[in-house]
Amino acid sequence: MAPKKQVKPPKSVVSKSGTASTSAGGVSGSSSPTVADTSAIIADVVKTYVRETPRKLKLVDAFMGFLVAVGVLQFAYCVVVTSYPFNAFLSGFSITVGQFVLAASLRVQANPENSSQFDKVSPERAFADFVFGSLILHFFAYNFIN
Amino acid sequence: MQLPTSLPPAAANALPLLRTLTLFTIAGAAIASRLFSVVRFESIIHEFDPWFNFRATKYLVANDFYSFLDWFDDRTWYPLGRVTGGTLYPGLMVTSALIFHGLKALTLPVDIRNICVMLAPVFSGLTAYATYLFTREMKDHSAGLLAAAFIGIAPGYISRSVAGSYDNEAIAITLLMFTFYLWIKALKLGSAFWGALTALFYFYMVAAWGGYVFITNIIPLHALVLVIMGRYSSRLYVAYSSWYALGTLASMQIPFVGFLPIRSSEHMGALGVFGLLQLVGFAVYVRARVPSKQFKVLVVGSVGALVVLGVAGIVGLTVSGVIAPWTGRFYSLWDTGYAKIHIPIIASVSEHQPTAWPSFFFDTFMLIWLFPAGVYVVFQELRDEHLFVIIYGILASYFAGVMVRLMLTLTPIVCVCGAVALSNILDIYTNLEKPVEEEEEKKEEKEEASPLKKATTSLIEDEASILSLGSMSKKPLIGVYSNWARGIVLGMFTLYLYMFVQHCTWVTSNAYSSPSVVLASQMADGSQHIIDDFREAYYWLRKNTAEDAKVMSWWDYGYQIGGMADRTTLVDNNTWNNTHIATVGKAMSSREEVSYPILRKHDVDYILVIFGGLLGYSGDDINKFLWMVRIAEGIWPEEVKERDFFTARGEYRVDAEATPTMKNSLMYKMSYYRFADVFGRQPAIDRVRNQRIPSPMQDASAAPIELSSVEEAFTSENWIVRIYKVKELDPFGREHAAATAFESGKKKSGARGRTAPVGGHAKGRARVLRV
Repeated sequence: MAPKKQVKPPKSVVSKSGTASTSAGGVSGSSSPTVADTSAIIADVVKTYVRETPRKLKLVDAFMGFLVAVGVLQFAYCVVVTSYPFNAFLSGFSITVGQFVLAASLRVQANPENSSQFDKVSPERAFADFVFGSLILHFFAYNFIN
Repeated sequence: MQLPTSLPPAAANALPLLRTLTLFTIAGAAIASRLFSVVRFESIIHEFDPWFNFRATKYLVANDFYSFLDWFDDRTWYPLGRVTGGTLYPGLMVTSALIFHGLKALTLPVDIRNICVMLAPVFSGLTAYATYLFTREMKDHSAGLLAAAFIGIAPGYISRSVAGSYDNEAIAITLLMFTFYLWIKALKLGSAFWGALTALFYFYMVAAWGGYVFITNIIPLHALVLVIMGRYSSRLYVAYSSWYALGTLASMQIPFVGFLPIRSSEHMGALGVFGLLQLVGFAVYVRARVPSKQFKVLVVGSVGALVVLGVAGIVGLTVSGVIAPWTGRFYSLWDTGYAKIHIPIIASVSEHQPTAWPSFFFDTFMLIWLFPAGVYVVFQELRDEHLFVIIYGILASYFAGVMVRLMLTLTPIVCVCGAVALSNILDIYTNLEKPVEEEEEKKEEKEEASPLKKATTSLIEDEASILSLGSMSKKPLIGVYSNWARGIVLGMFTLYLYMFVQHCTWVTSNAYSSPSVVLASQMADGSQHIIDDFREAYYWLRKNTAEDAKVMSWWDYGYQIGGMADRTTLVDNNTWNNTHIATVGKAMSSREEVSYPILRKHDVDYILVIFGGLLGYSGDDINKFLWMVRIAEGIWPEEVKERDFFTARGEYRVDAEATPTMKNSLMYKMSYYRFADVFGRQPAIDRVRNQRIPSPMQDASAAPIELSSVEEAFTSENWIVRIYKVKELDPFGREHAAATAFESGKKKSGARGRTAPVGGHAKGRARVLRV
């Protein structure tokens, strides 16, 4: 097998979104970013995200956001109310974490920007991996829930 | 992989077949070389721990899985009992039970004992395959095949996987190598599928062996090193996240592990790296989308702050006690003196001692010097997966130096590195390509060469095509072109390989194939004599004692008594309760008057001691006695003192110069009771310690050893196992010593100190005294 060159974090992405946001970068310039700059940058990032992210990835992102919300909710319940059926809490929480990282993996793999890193993993394959991982995850969580 | 260009297509097509055949041959050799003990003795479970595993497997086969998990064993650790189902790693038993039921479904009823005996050799064949896969990822097929051959017969691994060695390690090393292979594969491809498979094998490993913590720490360490070296990639994120999220949840399914993965410090590294990777992944994602340079700094800074916060959180939780701090076994890995001071029970196990340097050579032979060469070779390329080999190599070398038993985890990586080094050498020296520039000139020479030379060249060429499936050297102008140089180096290594095989066979046959339940000795005429005292004694216990009789022995023999004699024991090899063991140690090392109440309180009916003095069996209880004393001293420092067992000059003696404490201890008395009688008027020599036991027939001043509160019940053929029955309370309410003295016709006051008449009451008695 040919040795794989270590791929650096995608630089091309910078230039891609960079063209759209040179103005924002120019404003902040050499001085430290002010609040106005920061909000401008964030607004710009959001705009770029909305415009340039494929819809499928947005779906995955929405799912990930949902999982984060559920995870935080569970954790808050555990801290504030009770952790009594600890098995149940743990399996519930780990399933959100597990599902989150699996979704993140799917997102990373399916992202066309990263295709250079995943020469053997097509988006379809990534989805199959996601389903496989989720099945195992749910099996273990269900077994653990008592 | 690039095939050598010189191969014709037909040969290239045959290569996979050849590889498969080679692998099968290697697996066959691996299995066959582990069968010495079966051929020489019989199909029998070896040593100590395997007897428990065997007993548990029988229980699992007889009952269903859930009652196995709920198994409360009241026949060990009397009177405490043991929650066996929740305190064992069920992987081994479940594997054998599955094989058993599978074969039964195929209408091949095989005795469960034979499955247990043969499990380790069969899994060693699989280990060879896993090592092949693993090494193939590191270099190429040829290195993989070499590594498979090495691990197949390396004594370091054979030591724990001969037929009959039915222990957790038997399957754990296979799972270890498979898990590592899958991890490398997942990392290379960045595939969640392979990551999930890694998690599944990790789960199997957790179910099989406590050494899974090694994987739990080495994979995060690998990931961490990659991140620190600036080699973070999305592939790493995918592989690690999917492995950790699934594997941790999976590992918590094992009752014995339970909540440990989130509660103990050993597992916190993995959690920390998991969190770190999430942050780094997020930072990389955001950084790519944020234009301003300062903002990037801000992102990196906040991620760094979060990392520091996380570490502080873990430390804080550890201090506040939510996360259990490191265990003693862990500390003893870093400070070799730790266990001896704080936990003598761990230090007392011979396989927990630091490794003596010759055993590295003994266990891996020439691989031990090929190992650094292999590390050097992978250093030169240093891909992500090569880092894994280096980290594994360094860690395992250290651990193997600390504990003898961890030679086992070092052996696979030594085999892998040795194979990489050797295959590199073979690649270079079997490469028959000439430099392109010289080819024209040499062509004529070649044609004029004598037929003999031609023959050798073609021979080497054949060898090359078989041995070196690797790529050709990349820089054609630098290399070895003289056939002499090639011949010498290849000849040397062929010789080394031959010696390696010889050494491995010799070590396996002589050092690692003894069941230790059955001993073998050579008669004067060279024929083999089987010493079967253990089974004789255990069988006696099984047949001649009440079914609920409680047998006290040192913990080493607990599993064997449970497995072979099926009697209740006080302590066994699952040393979970140190105090209970110390109690037994105290009973053994105290005077009879002190011991008897302890024995009564624990309902002890029989005491079993191992005595090798007659035969020269060195692993007996007198040699282990000091550990009993030390462990007892740890709990009762006032009553048991190690110093009292040494003579004034600090010697550990059992002869006439032995200290009074030693001579009056129950263990000493039970070991040497009537020992001198065997020798008659000859000096009674203890053949293990080469000391003269005082014999009343020789020396009128020596009093014969008298036992008053216990009586001899059974002594095996070669005196290795001696069983004593604990007497009931005297019907007249006397002290036992007084009662014994009365019965032997002595006056009460003069029982002690007076020399007994030569011969005494014991002389003509049968060896088996009472049923």
